[in-house]
Amino acid sequence: MSEIKKQEQTTTHKIGIYLWIWGLLFVLSFFSYMVDWYQFQGLLRWSLILLFMFLKAGLIMAFFMHLFWERYALVNVLLWPMTAIGCFIFLMVAEFEYTVFTRLFYFVVGG
Amino acid sequence: MSDPKIEGYEFKPGFKGMAQDTGSDQTMFKGVHWGKAMMWIFLLSDTFIFSCFLISYMKGRGSTLIDWPNPSEVFGLHVFGVDVPLLLIAIMTFVLITSSGTMALAVKYGYEKNKKMCGWLILATAIGGLTFVGMQAFEWSKLIHEGVRPWENPFGAPQFGSFFFMITGFHGTHVSIGVIFLFIYAYKTFKGHYDEGKRGWFTSIKGDYVEIEILGLYWHFVDLVWVFIFAFFYLW
Repeated sequence: MSEIKKQEQTTTHKIGIYLWIWGLLFVLSFFSYMVDWYQFQGLLRWSLILLFMFLKAGLIMAFFMHLFWERYALVNVLLWPMTAIGCFIFLMVAEFEYTVFTRLFYFVVGG
Repeated sequence: MSDPKIEGYEFKPGFKGMAQDTGSDQTMFKGVHWGKAMMWIFLLSDTFIFSCFLISYMKGRGSTLIDWPNPSEVFGLHVFGVDVPLLLIAIMTFVLITSSGTMALAVKYGYEKNKKMCGWLILATAIGGLTFVGMQAFEWSKLIHEGVRPWENPFGAPQFGSFFFMITGFHGTHVSIGVIFLFIYAYKTFKGHYDEGKRGWFTSIKGDYVEIEILGLYWHFVDLVWVFIFAFFYLW
């Protein structure tokens, strides 16, 4: 019984941490909206978008979805399959570059 | 949340706990509510579905030679005589984050067995989700009036419409299903089903506040997907 009691305390956290994360999410969303507002272009725009996106996603997963406090077995089962998505993105980037290349190529030399 | 049913099992944190959890020829995720483990597995598979959508969008947008419509203008609103870029989308983002925050607090109050706060926060989350879906319906009808179709649009590359309706439509469906469940769970919370351990409609397992956390996982995931859609579809 004492075991259960001990565990219950670990599953609830102070309200402050949630309010902090909530506030940070608002600020980060505001920043990513500002990227569009000020019409940043090119590499700066893309890197800022990705930075704010990953920060927001990380905060939501770590604290709102409790992954920060979760057992490693679950965290690893969830995060390792994501590398497959990375591979897929890599393959499809190669693919669309090849498609663009062939389209431009046949546009120039003709069918 | 150590499972008292497994005799002598004590959960250890870190990699030691992970080795114990996976390598002991027994149940994995010992002591985790089966619904929670299954929700995570479902969310993982859903991640792959949304990734496939976004990757096909990347491939489609990257391989077309026609200019992609400028999302900042397409989704801009004309308010009080000024053109504000992406206004509706920004509001939708803030509404969804607000509802994610109320959900996180609902999970916390649920575990503290604070029935009233938990119920009201779930209800607030549901209303946030409903607002989001409402604004999405407005956005869809606005674009359809402007002539955006899955096969053509007046702004640029014709693929734009099909990716837009597919990705936001699938996300909107997730939000709508979430809203329905949020209302059901708000009702069940106010009724005290989780305090009494009342059994659900489709299950013989006793109700518990862990169900609020499972619902919360789903809702945060919907918010998480929106973070990626917002970045890649609307801002990029």
